[in-house]
Amino acid sequence: MNTSINFAGIKMKNPVTVASGTFGYGREYSKFFDLSKLGGIITKGTSLKPKSGNKPPRVCETPSGMLNSIGLQNPGVEYFAENDLPFLKKFDTAIIVNACGSTIDDYIDVCKILDTLDIDGVELNLSCPNVKEGCMAFGSSYQGVKEVTSRVRKVLNKPLIVKLTPNVSNIAEIAKGAEDGGADAVSLINTLLGMKIDIEKRRPVLANNTGGISGPAIRPLAVRMVYEVSQAVSIPILGMGGIINGEDAIEFMLAGASAISIGAGNFANPYTSINTIKEIEEYMKKHEIENISDIVGQVKMN
Amino acid sequence: MPEVVKVTLIKKEYLKPDIVKFKVQADEIVKDAKPGNFLEIRVTETTVPFLRRPISIYNLNRNEGTLEFIFQIKGEGTKLLGKKEEGDLVDIIGPLGMGTFKFDKYEKIAVVGGGIGVFPLYELSKEAKEAGKDVSIYLGFRSKDYVLLEKEFENVSNKLVITTDEGSYGIKGFAINKLEEDLKNRKIDCIYACGPLPMLKEVKKLAIEKEIPCQISLEERMGCGIGVCLGCAVKTAKSSKENPEYWHVCKGGPVFQAKDVDI
Repeated sequence: MNTSINFAGIKMKNPVTVASGTFGYGREYSKFFDLSKLGGIITKGTSLKPKSGNKPPRVCETPSGMLNSIGLQNPGVEYFAENDLPFLKKFDTAIIVNACGSTIDDYIDVCKILDTLDIDGVELNLSCPNVKEGCMAFGSSYQGVKEVTSRVRKVLNKPLIVKLTPNVSNIAEIAKGAEDGGADAVSLINTLLGMKIDIEKRRPVLANNTGGISGPAIRPLAVRMVYEVSQAVSIPILGMGGIINGEDAIEFMLAGASAISIGAGNFANPYTSINTIKEIEEYMKKHEIENISDIVGQVKMN
Repeated sequence: MPEVVKVTLIKKEYLKPDIVKFKVQADEIVKDAKPGNFLEIRVTETTVPFLRRPISIYNLNRNEGTLEFIFQIKGEGTKLLGKKEEGDLVDIIGPLGMGTFKFDKYEKIAVVGGGIGVFPLYELSKEAKEAGKDVSIYLGFRSKDYVLLEKEFENVSNKLVITTDEGSYGIKGFAINKLEEDLKNRKIDCIYACGPLPMLKEVKKLAIEKEIPCQISLEERMGCGIGVCLGCAVKTAKSSKENPEYWHVCKGGPVFQAKDVDI
């Protein structure tokens, strides 16, 4: 039985990664399990300069999920390189850095630095819904995605994954922008823009008014989008959106994802990612699947 | 080091119709727990509610390896948790929070609590009293019907003051007013507080005015409880409009030096 994959040139021992923003830079979860068990770790969104993030409240509970508006708080790429990367390198797992910025130049500058580091790939964040500048503003149109991707491509030799927002009318077209811009893969979906109102105060719960919804609530939408993107592009897909167990992971892979990420599920149970790996192996055993890659995109439509 | 454990509920007790005390056998958590630490509790195996609930530790019994926590049945999550019965398992991550109550270097301490914010102050008072400190406790409640744990706090204090907003029990007024009055002829080395935000603001103001060190336990909506999601942000005192700076209640806290945070 072989769970290992080659995802856009990144070797992973299994298709299970942890999603950006739900795993920090690994330290906290390393207290609960050996991070080397993971296929890969996608770091917290990292920018050129440190970012302080949004005002609190930044999170709240929603049906089968949560709403967040953290605002990309992070210590900046230089701090990451000095303090967090050496820690992550102690583990035998793929390290993919989620890169964010306010302007195209920001993306280029942070990727220039990332290209010099001992990491396995970059996930370009063109989809954070919680910052005023950059991110989703670039990620909402074919042209925007293609332009940022192609300009980053010129400075980045490492595998480049573009993370897409679901807050668009046609995600397949956006994915095409990433492919045409030279991306090696796409990841989807980032959070869905949402809002929760406190009816006593008659105000939104989040200080930023709106935030991104994640968790099992968004899973069917994410599965549909992964399928649509898989039909539109030939680069591999890192699928995510409410995955909390092996069954969910397999569903995304059948829809067309070559690898998957566990996001908010880490919060409910710190062991969600490693349980998912076990459950994928059980599915493979039960269905006599030799290579996990064999199931990618194998859904038969009615 | 926090642990994820499923522990047995060995005693369930209602303090009020909507206030429940759970005692759990949790040796792994108790051995490392400090006063001020909290727990992240998963109330269901399903996905509704999705996130864990942060609940502070009320009492540690280190000999037995048991701990107690008290919560108010208020929302969806605490309603489900309140349905657990003795013998059931409770899914807990803990102990959490690097910012805990510290009293080693002080002799005379004042503890100020309001409403359901009094719970994390019990273990602090108990340990301080056992260490031979002079412990004065000021607890404020809305009215007589809301008064909680009077006997318990009495046993871990040298002096206990109960106040109610409209005077239906104890002294009329706010706990902080009584402390302020006592400070006129009484030296206090450190003030500890937990309760509603307006109360904490007053406590902080008083402590700064009187130049007394002050440790406060804060609350904020949490995602993960372990320092990953960066949801439970609190502004630092150094923070400015141009250069905002945040710490996180679950990691740096929940107990902070009052002077270091902007509340």
